[in-house]
Amino acid sequence: MITRVLDRAALLHVAVLALLFVLQFVLPDYHHVNLARVMVLASFAAGYNIVFGYAGMLSLGHAMFFGAGLYTAGLLAQYAGAGAAAGFTLAVVAGALFAALVGLLALRTTGVSFMIVTLMFAQAAYLAIHYFGDYTRSDEGFVVPGATRRLFGLALIDPATRYFAALALFAATVAVCYAVARSAFGRVLAAIRENEERTRMLGYDVFGYKLAALALSGAVSAAAGAAYAMLFGYVGAGLASIQYSIYPLLWVLMGGAATVLGPFLGTLAMFYLVDIASGFTSAYLLFVGLALIALVLFFPKGVLGALRERALPWLP
Amino acid sequence: MAAVTLLETESLSRRFGGLTAVDGVDFRLEEGEIRALIGPNGAGKTTFVGLISGRIRPSAGRIIFAGEDVTALPAHRRVGRGIAYTFQITSVFARMTALDNVRLAAQRRMARRFRGPDPERLEAAARDALARVGLAERADEPAGTLSYGHQRLLEVAMGLGMAPRLLILDEPTQGLSDEEIAAFVDLVRDIARDATVLLIEHNMRVVMDLARRITVLERGRILAEGTPADIRRNDAVQRAYLGG
Repeated sequence: MITRVLDRAALLHVAVLALLFVLQFVLPDYHHVNLARVMVLASFAAGYNIVFGYAGMLSLGHAMFFGAGLYTAGLLAQYAGAGAAAGFTLAVVAGALFAALVGLLALRTTGVSFMIVTLMFAQAAYLAIHYFGDYTRSDEGFVVPGATRRLFGLALIDPATRYFAALALFAATVAVCYAVARSAFGRVLAAIRENEERTRMLGYDVFGYKLAALALSGAVSAAAGAAYAMLFGYVGAGLASIQYSIYPLLWVLMGGAATVLGPFLGTLAMFYLVDIASGFTSAYLLFVGLALIALVLFFPKGVLGALRERALPWLP
Repeated sequence: MAAVTLLETESLSRRFGGLTAVDGVDFRLEEGEIRALIGPNGAGKTTFVGLISGRIRPSAGRIIFAGEDVTALPAHRRVGRGIAYTFQITSVFARMTALDNVRLAAQRRMARRFRGPDPERLEAAARDALARVGLAERADEPAGTLSYGHQRLLEVAMGLGMAPRLLILDEPTQGLSDEEIAAFVDLVRDIARDATVLLIEHNMRVVMDLARRITVLERGRILAEGTPADIRRNDAVQRAYLGG
């Protein structure tokens, strides 16, 4: 049992988290805050990966789950003075419920129809944010009151606390994804991805499994959204727009779908690609596009996907 | 031996537009038997077992399995009751190992409340099923790299992994060599010691060797039913199918 828990895959993930923990003491301010942001966004990508990578469902609407968390935490702080713990908890519940509700309808479709239906739901959610613009301040957004941005008495405005909170969220997400990848549940999701009809005829309730995956994915995405609101203090409709449905797809594709650390790697790479490219040109999206073309040509399974295929078959 | 009815259909029908693929079939299968289902192409054999396994919804009629009406149950619930279907077109999980394929088949019934199955017991059950079909040596190979004959056997091992009461085999010997077929006949006999087998098969030697009774379907209806000897003597069957 001990050897099962402390195998090399588990050790690798613990080592990565330990490295991120140590990095906060050596990074300059600019990269310190960047890395905190990347960890929160990577948590979002990891939540997306549960549905896209493991269960093989291409959702184009995950911005609505990120947004559900963002606005649950943000609006509760703004209008009810709720702190980070309450906002975060309710956001996770809201994300899971929202995803389950969307899933009940969207999961009647597969493939391209599923992409379109999730996209439509996300657009509806995005427009709803504008519809209630009196409260949400639409695209302009609002700043989360500093007094509410506290967790267990610690101010999340403080960079060190913020970094640590982002790391805690990311570690929890990695733990969830690692558990899914290794579990009986995760094996059934992979089977559904490979051959849905065969999985059904092995006695699995395919709809139920997909719905559970989507609810879990929605909960993780909403957790990231809530953390974003509380750690960086800004809530706006742009963060729930179509772009934020596409980003997690790109991050996961870049890092490696159906790998636990791929979403982080992809988010990190893309974040710094945009950061560096936009330093010397306003056409930074060109570089993103070139990177994606190179990715599709040379690493169609993403960085960690390729690594797993060629050298590290044990990578979860 | 007292005959216990395991499966029964009452005027089971399935129409696809203007075509009636299965037309009012009354069928009865006894526990422990090996039954062959034969008939010319397009006779409705695959549709009929599709109705039994739940892959296809009936247009009319009832299906009773182990004394209970399962007509309204979705396919995955019927698997839970003990009806296992192995695919006519090989559909193993190509990118998973043979062992993982069978593990998936056995995992559902071995799961503990809110937890997956005990990993060691699951692996033992999966290896056991692979050993019964003679694939023990290939457990760790990706299913997609196995030969066609071995993939057919893996399908059967997955069927065994589900520990079914009724195992439906849809043209299992298609594309197998003569030696593989001989081994397969022995395997089905072995399986039939603790499961009922319903076999769609075109190879008449296999049918005559294995089946205690044979049901002949033609144009969605039962044309004849009886022992291999009865069927061989039946004039209508000779005309319709055996080309006599």
